[in-house]
Amino acid sequence: MNTETKPDIDIDRSVGDFRYDVDYAFDAGVGLTEKTIDYICDVKGDPDWVRKFRKDGYKKFLEKPMPTHWASKDLENIVFENIRYYLSQGQAPKRSWDEVPEDVKRTFERLGIPEQERKFLAGVEAQFDSEAAYSNIKEAVGKQGVIFVGSTEGLQKHPEIFKKWFGKVIPSGDNKFSALNSAVFSGGSFIYIPPGVKVSHPLQAYFRINAQNFGQFERTLIIADEGAEVTYMEGCTAPKFETATLHSAVVELVALKGAKIQYITVQNWSANVFNLVTKRGLAHEDAEIKWIDCNIGSRLTMKYPGVVMKGRRARGEVISIALAGDGQHQDTGAKMVHAADETTSNIISKSISLGTGRSTYRGMVHIPKHLKKCKNNTECDALLINANSRTDTYPAITVRGQGHSVQHEASVSQINAEQIFYMQQRGLSEAAAMSLAVNGFVNDLVQQFPMEYSVELKRLIDLEMEGSVG
Amino acid sequence: MKTLSIRNLHASIGEKPILRGLNLDIPQGEVHAIMGKNGSGKSTLAKVMAGHPDYTVTEGDVLLNGQSILGMEPDVRARLGLFLAFQYPMEIPGVTIANFIRAAVQARLPEGEELEATEYYAKLYAKMDELSIPRAFTSRSVNEGFSGGEKKRCEILQMAMLQPSYAVLDETDSGLDIDALKVVSSGVNALRGPEVGMLVITHYQRLLDYIVPDKVHVMGEGEIVLSGDKDLALKLEAEGYDWVTAKK
Ligand SMILES: Nc1ncnc2c1ncn2[C@@H]1O[C@H](COP(=O)(O)OP(=O)(O)OP(=O)(O)O)[C@@H](O)[C@H]1O
Ligand SMILES: [Mg+2]
Repeated sequence: MNTETKPDIDIDRSVGDFRYDVDYAFDAGVGLTEKTIDYICDVKGDPDWVRKFRKDGYKKFLEKPMPTHWASKDLENIVFENIRYYLSQGQAPKRSWDEVPEDVKRTFERLGIPEQERKFLAGVEAQFDSEAAYSNIKEAVGKQGVIFVGSTEGLQKHPEIFKKWFGKVIPSGDNKFSALNSAVFSGGSFIYIPPGVKVSHPLQAYFRINAQNFGQFERTLIIADEGAEVTYMEGCTAPKFETATLHSAVVELVALKGAKIQYITVQNWSANVFNLVTKRGLAHEDAEIKWIDCNIGSRLTMKYPGVVMKGRRARGEVISIALAGDGQHQDTGAKMVHAADETTSNIISKSISLGTGRSTYRGMVHIPKHLKKCKNNTECDALLINANSRTDTYPAITVRGQGHSVQHEASVSQINAEQIFYMQQRGLSEAAAMSLAVNGFVNDLVQQFPMEYSVELKRLIDLEMEGSVG
Repeated sequence: MKTLSIRNLHASIGEKPILRGLNLDIPQGEVHAIMGKNGSGKSTLAKVMAGHPDYTVTEGDVLLNGQSILGMEPDVRARLGLFLAFQYPMEIPGVTIANFIRAAVQARLPEGEELEATEYYAKLYAKMDELSIPRAFTSRSVNEGFSGGEKKRCEILQMAMLQPSYAVLDETDSGLDIDALKVVSSGVNALRGPEVGMLVITHYQRLLDYIVPDKVHVMGEGEIVLSGDKDLALKLEAEGYDWVTAKK
């Protein structure tokens, strides 16, 4: 591939669809066996407990069936033997962009990451295939005792906090893909915010898949100590490959007493990525965990961010936007487990299906009998653009006991030809009219994203719509 | 002279013919009114001109300054200068009036040119003031939850911002109270000028006291059955439509 053509490429249109060749120093090869796991452990210098944890995860991965009895049959098309499980140029992420190897750096520059960092971020980690190429936080934030490093560095340098929570919110055996991640995880962030520290700007991670037939298995653990506050944002892209790529992350959040964690995802995977992610948070007394999740692209996304509200008055929230383009399936939702009195959860989900795209909402809300005064509000709205677009809703709300308040609203709407005609009469092209209607549909949720991300989101929606009309 | 010309226009919905050989010329600088019974095809004419996809033109033509617009997409016709104030304006949830009109104004600029935000808002606020539309409306979703009269006022606001060369107002006076009627009429009159041709569809002679037309046409069964000056509207109001059909 000619790598000298950068100025010629219209970055606005191609989003993440470009790729520069890179030499990998470490390559675990194709397929997954115990040997693959040993290779990864050796390269990373994992302590024994991690090697054991990985092997145990691998065992569970083999034991667990594919969840095709309820999930999409498309999962059967993942060929685990064809996937490359670990690829990196080396270990230690650089603290300065100047030290990041040129072939990797230009990818992130093109995605605008260093620029965003300068403008509005408190810290950035940029992962390229299996490992972070760059990781840094602003000095002032570091001085407050905030730790923001990759998972490997986290488990090696901060074992006391890391071990305490790692794998506790999401056990390896939670599902087949969390087990797989436990076996081969690499990259992702480890974040610790000391008591009372409120990080005013977001910390951001960017996950980039660059290699074909590759599986990215990052592992993120965020702990906000008592009264701490943090916003974490992740972005993801991959170029378009001919063959399927797998992204299977595990994200665990722990909000201790009175802490607040906001976790924002804007994913824009290319159309052959299987995106199978497990995300869950544990909210202690008076703590708040909010997932803001935007899923655009991928071949199949399965993701149901959850909050276990384990302390009194804990709050959990999931705000999600999913856009299923032609041939894509967004299977998303939320899990809210109420495990203490006076806990509150809120789920707002909006999905858009274009062409043959399909969006599925699965929501689980669990309020057991012995609890008092719990509240849940669930709203899910689906918008269908074409006659063959599809949406399904599977709410599973179990509420036992008395004195709880539970609300559930669902709607399915279609863009109406009269609305499009009305907008066209004002001079907007059909595609622009569609975009405007779709942006209008998700507008109230987009408002909840930080400004920089809401602009990006609008642009991504416009791009998807452009391809779908006419 | 620049004219919007409708020539022997026949249009159907499904198999059902609605317009049956309609002829009408609206030169720039003139205001024409169309009156006619319910169901005679007035809104159909407006929508066919604007390019609504449900209607099929089976014969005839619509020419904008000599150029046939029938093969064009609705948005292309709009950008050529044709504006339609809808009898039933659509609601667009989540899209604010300010953003909607802005997108429409932007769509008229040459490729690569960005609308200047401060100038845009200055103009928008000025037009809103003229139409007595409170500022709070800029952040409300287009037509969502608007009263009937507010919707009509918002149509005129859009017209004022887009400055079309031909405007078709489909029953913009319906549902307006007396004060609103005056405000809307003065908004329409403000746009009148040698560069603009207007077609005003109405059931009420009263509107024509405020927007005085150059010509009045009567529509019956998909064609113009009678044309005259503004006094024709008075006669129609007094005597109804039966004498027109009888005469024919
Ligand atoms: N989608 C449709 N399917 C069938 N008939 C239709 C359709 N749309 C319009 N028509 C018919 O076409 C005829 C003309 O309707 P149109 O709305 O143009 O009348 P109008 O003159 O504007 O009436 P009004 O004064 O009540 O607004 C009516 O008989 C109407 O029922
Ligand atoms: Mg009508």
